[in-house]
Amino acid sequence: MLGRTLREVSVALKQGQITPTELCQRCLSLIKKTKFLNAYITVSEEVALKQAEESEKRYKKGHSLGDLDGIPIAVKDNFSTSGIETTCASNMLKGYVPPYNATVVQKLLDQGALLMGKTNLDEFAMGSGSTDGIFGPVKNPWSYSKQYREKRKQNSHSENEDSNWLITGGSSGGSAAAVSAFTCFANCESSNLILWLKRTWALGSDTGGSTRNPAAHCGVVGLKPSYGLVSRHGLIPLVNSMDVPGILTRCVDDAATVLGVLAGHDPKDSTTIQDPVKPFTLPSLTDVSKLCIGIPKEYLTPELSSEVQSLWSKAANLFESEGAKVTEVSLPHTSYSIVCYHVLCTSEVASNMARFDGLEYGHRCDSDVSTEAMYAATRREGFNDVVRGRILSGNFFLLKENYENYFVKAQKVRRLIANDFVNVFNSGVDVLLTPTTLSEAVPYTEFIKEDNRTRSAQDDIFTQAVNMAGLPAVSVPVALSSQGLPIGLQFIGRAFCDQQLLIVAKWFEKQVQFPVIQLQELMDDCSSVFENEKLASVSLK
Amino acid sequence: MAAPMLRWCCPGRRFAFARVGCGSCHRRGPPTGSTSNGKRGQSSVAQQPHITAQKPRKGEPEWAAVVGLEIHAQIASNSKLFSGSQVCFAAPPNSLVSFFDASLPGTLPVLNRRCVEAAVMTGLALDCHINRKSLFDRKHYFYADLPAGYQITQQRLPIAVNGSLAYSVYVGRKPSQMVTRTVRVKQIQLEQDSGKSLHDDLRSQTLIDLNRAGIGLLELVLEPDMSCGEEAATAVRELQLILQALGTSQANMADYEIQRQINELENGGEILNETRSFDFKLGCTVPMRDKEGKQDYRFMPEPNLPPLLLYDSGSLPSSADPQQVINIDQLRERLPELPRVTRQRLVQQYGMLPEHSCVLLNEVGLLEFFQNVIKETRAEPKKVTSWVLNTFLGFLKQQNLAVSESPVTPSALAELLDLLDRKAISAPAAKQVFEELWRNEGKTPAQIVAEKKLELLQDPEALEQLCRSTLEAHPDVVMDLKRGNPRAINKLIGLVRKATLGRADPTAIKEVLERQLSS
Repeated sequence: MLGRTLREVSVALKQGQITPTELCQRCLSLIKKTKFLNAYITVSEEVALKQAEESEKRYKKGHSLGDLDGIPIAVKDNFSTSGIETTCASNMLKGYVPPYNATVVQKLLDQGALLMGKTNLDEFAMGSGSTDGIFGPVKNPWSYSKQYREKRKQNSHSENEDSNWLITGGSSGGSAAAVSAFTCFANCESSNLILWLKRTWALGSDTGGSTRNPAAHCGVVGLKPSYGLVSRHGLIPLVNSMDVPGILTRCVDDAATVLGVLAGHDPKDSTTIQDPVKPFTLPSLTDVSKLCIGIPKEYLTPELSSEVQSLWSKAANLFESEGAKVTEVSLPHTSYSIVCYHVLCTSEVASNMARFDGLEYGHRCDSDVSTEAMYAATRREGFNDVVRGRILSGNFFLLKENYENYFVKAQKVRRLIANDFVNVFNSGVDVLLTPTTLSEAVPYTEFIKEDNRTRSAQDDIFTQAVNMAGLPAVSVPVALSSQGLPIGLQFIGRAFCDQQLLIVAKWFEKQVQFPVIQLQELMDDCSSVFENEKLASVSLK
Repeated sequence: MAAPMLRWCCPGRRFAFARVGCGSCHRRGPPTGSTSNGKRGQSSVAQQPHITAQKPRKGEPEWAAVVGLEIHAQIASNSKLFSGSQVCFAAPPNSLVSFFDASLPGTLPVLNRRCVEAAVMTGLALDCHINRKSLFDRKHYFYADLPAGYQITQQRLPIAVNGSLAYSVYVGRKPSQMVTRTVRVKQIQLEQDSGKSLHDDLRSQTLIDLNRAGIGLLELVLEPDMSCGEEAATAVRELQLILQALGTSQANMADYEIQRQINELENGGEILNETRSFDFKLGCTVPMRDKEGKQDYRFMPEPNLPPLLLYDSGSLPSSADPQQVINIDQLRERLPELPRVTRQRLVQQYGMLPEHSCVLLNEVGLLEFFQNVIKETRAEPKKVTSWVLNTFLGFLKQQNLAVSESPVTPSALAELLDLLDRKAISAPAAKQVFEELWRNEGKTPAQIVAEKKLELLQDPEALEQLCRSTLEAHPDVVMDLKRGNPRAINKLIGLVRKATLGRADPTAIKEVLERQLSS
């Protein structure tokens, strides 16, 4: 299916039915219209248009670079982009223009993709709301959806609509919002364009759930590949041993396509696997009877909202009714995951942030009393409280007297957590099915009642053990809650069995038929965008 | 006997070969300039006062000085330990700096194969156990020329452990009284060098040069098995020879620094106080255990480098890409002759004294010079040894020249020794020719001999004639001889030599004289 779809799009581009420049301009106009979402930190309009022009030339000559040629992309602002400011949403890196491209960015550009811009995040990706960056919080496009607004009117006590916008989740909230918002236009009575703009997608990063969490809240697909499958070179690190570039798309097939481009050994990242990775397309599963789906009982926590829980059961029943074996499994060390993550994360953060001293790049304070005073003031001014807090705790855990009691212990627990998964998969389970988040997205005003650390601990609960174990996982949007907001479920696969994981996710995606976001208010502006959509309808049916 | 240890730890870095000194001068300490920080926690030392073994005071227990060493050797490699930047001496500041070396966010270390091989070869040469799996760690401290805020090193599991280094020391006044001592090698670890800070006190600025940042170092930790500075200096010298022979570190350009540090060590052997470290800049010891300055390096595993795995021919995975794996057995086969073996070979092959073999190796380039002379001359090896070690080396030392700066080539010396060997010239004439050669006027020994008329008197008739006339001219000396003064003959020989203008062999003269006198 995916192969055919891609071929069709490529054919359309090759035939000149739509040009990369038109596609690019359409996206740029959407970005401008949705500026209030604060999804982008930097919009690289000039670069994108130039790339589109190049792409157009290639299409005219019949030399397209492949499936991604001419396709607009967005990249989280913690991936280094040559010549384009890369801030990590921090004062520390405001104005920092990397001289090189992250490997994943380079791979995408080599395929002819158009870089639309850099998306918003929590400062240095530390957060689960995309609310704690210097450029302000990202607003969830679903806050403005017809589905959500109608539900609100029904049970409305709310007078002030605008103050009740929802968070996207984080830290890749900007990327998730970008994907989600683009797609909304596609829905404007012109189902054809879905397949165009579906192809607009974004790159996040996933350390504790940063891709899957906002994907679930924004109703898009969020894939965290196996650790070591995709290069981290150029990704400004949070936790080196858990970071993985994440992929946010509108559908599973697209995630697979992008993964096919990004996966593989990178000589610049020694932690990537050496084995060659074959590009893959996903077959459509027709028979799930040979599948064994595991339901980890520890994921049924008291905090889990009843709606998510019921959708989770329904999903399990769906597999069972279609012939799959669904079995309850145990991941006994799950409850230690968050605290263990806290130690390991802050320790690596303390170490990774040591380089930001104002000397080689980034912010530097005005004080020049002494080198030490300069360091101190630079770092005080450059980092927000969350980052500084993590640096402080990390350094505490790494002190000689604490190292054994905290860091080493946390590493041991991490091994236990990883072994939990190994045991479950060895018992014959193919894929685990879990919630992605405790509930649907909450309003910003609600979210900020708790501090960043509490929120991160709560929100990463289902996603973050996967990072500890380096496993692939994908969040797939399932249905809308009673409030009209998206809820996602997570599939977790065996290490380096990303393809198998995506095949299952694709089957599930097809069964649930998640509704497309409807942005009524913005619809009026869309007419021009969809003028020439007739062309696609021919090829896509 | 109690033996508290005074451990020398290396001040750091900087020089191509061994940098021996101690913690406090290590400029990686906190930049506040507190003068009293060990480079690492383990680098100190004894808790109790002790005095030297050489000078035990009466009535007090005898304490023994114990010297351990941490030595940093810069690995001879074209590129840095974790980046592709070139390694090059005296390049313009900050011209050899990759994005990784400048710690741009998002960059990752990639291990340099050559550096690993150098460490393994060094480990094998020092009889170390080579760890099939070793790990990298981050060692944190803030310093302006350490861009990442940490140094990547091997703290937990280094690449090689438990080796030994044998070295020879003179125990008596005579050079022949040499004994072999052994110091245990605790470990060899790979680590990064830092950049260089240049302090401009006038403008109160610090300038940073990152050319050196990230260059691969071998840190060798020698156990405190040495008892004085002289032993330590000899051990370091032996290590230097080994590294040079292996080609894992170029020890040559740092001779000055080595010598200076060796001197310090030799002095240092007597400077023993309480828990102290030696500051080679101040030239004195300073207390090491300063609580304020005590630094916690917050070691942490380097998450961007997987464990370094090494293989031998037995364990090598068949599917492995030869470019991606290192086979210890292959490296072992590639080991060159080590200094110890070279010395044994010289003693056996050329019948030279062990101390002569030591001198030949210790002087940079001298062994090669010697071997080239041997190759080209028919003269006896013993003769060659004597000429190279006495005459040639003597001239070099007198003018403070290195072997490479010598005006006399091995070929010229070989030719000269040939002339001597076939008795074309006398030994004193040969010395004269050598002096001429040293002036370096582009003449061959044969040309000098011809010009100065130094060739031996080859005509026996002429010698007979000269001897006879000498005897006739000095009847008093002849009388003296006949009265039983044995030394009178030497006087006669001298007179004949003078008459031949030094061109006759004294032995030959003696023969003729004795024959003539007895007839």
